[in-house]
Amino acid sequence: MAFDVTELPDTDHVAAGEQAPDFERPLVDREFWEDATLSDLLADAPVLLVFHTMDGDFPATYVWQELDDRDWEDEYGVQLVGLSISTPYEHSRFLEEHDLDYPLFSDPANGVAEEYGIVHDLDGMAGLSEPRISTFLIDGDRTVRHAWVSEEWPEFPDYDELESALEEL
Amino acid sequence: MSDDDPPITVYRLQGCPFCERVVRKLNDLGLPYESRFVEAWHSRRDVVKRVSGKRSVPAIVDERTGITMSESGNIVEYLDATYGDRRERAAGPA
Repeated sequence: MAFDVTELPDTDHVAAGEQAPDFERPLVDREFWEDATLSDLLADAPVLLVFHTMDGDFPATYVWQELDDRDWEDEYGVQLVGLSISTPYEHSRFLEEHDLDYPLFSDPANGVAEEYGIVHDLDGMAGLSEPRISTFLIDGDRTVRHAWVSEEWPEFPDYDELESALEEL
Repeated sequence: MSDDDPPITVYRLQGCPFCERVVRKLNDLGLPYESRFVEAWHSRRDVVKRVSGKRSVPAIVDERTGITMSESGNIVEYLDATYGDRRERAAGPA
């Protein structure tokens, strides 16, 4: 039996080869949060920027548990960084609850998703929009090396394809 | 996070009046600073304890002088004593 999935409309999102828009938002880890920019992070290492659904329940949990299992930070020297519309307080709980050690950007107004062309207006939650589940692999020049944006709701990253992109980094 | 970060870091709680007092003083003195937010639960302040030896906020770390300090009264006094002539200087001669 196939799931009845919802197709999302075409979107003109940031694509591989383009420059990733820089942004500044509170970046939350397990101990505190502070304002940080994407370029701050890129000064240290390439970034796999993971846009996920608001913290809680299965979509965000699925994504992070899979990423956590793959151990890409050690293998490819990439930083895994999340972003959702959840507040810093929620991020802090989420990281603790799932024993995750990745920084998460907090963007309740969803402006970063707008910059990246991946806004998803939520059906049945009036006034709320969040990013589509998406991944952007971004190198030190802020060039997007690989971009994946969900076309269905929900749709999860092709982790193997992403891993191939990491191998070419 | 980057090399050009301001030398003063403030550990603070959202809306905490003692923290706001320190932030007001920093602004009055025209001192750039970076905010790190923690939470009211003491169990969520490990980083503050590690940095300052206490769990109380506000706490500041001033890399310029190597000072780490807690308690808003002390911090305000320290900032005035260390940087107190800055505002006058910034304003220039009348």
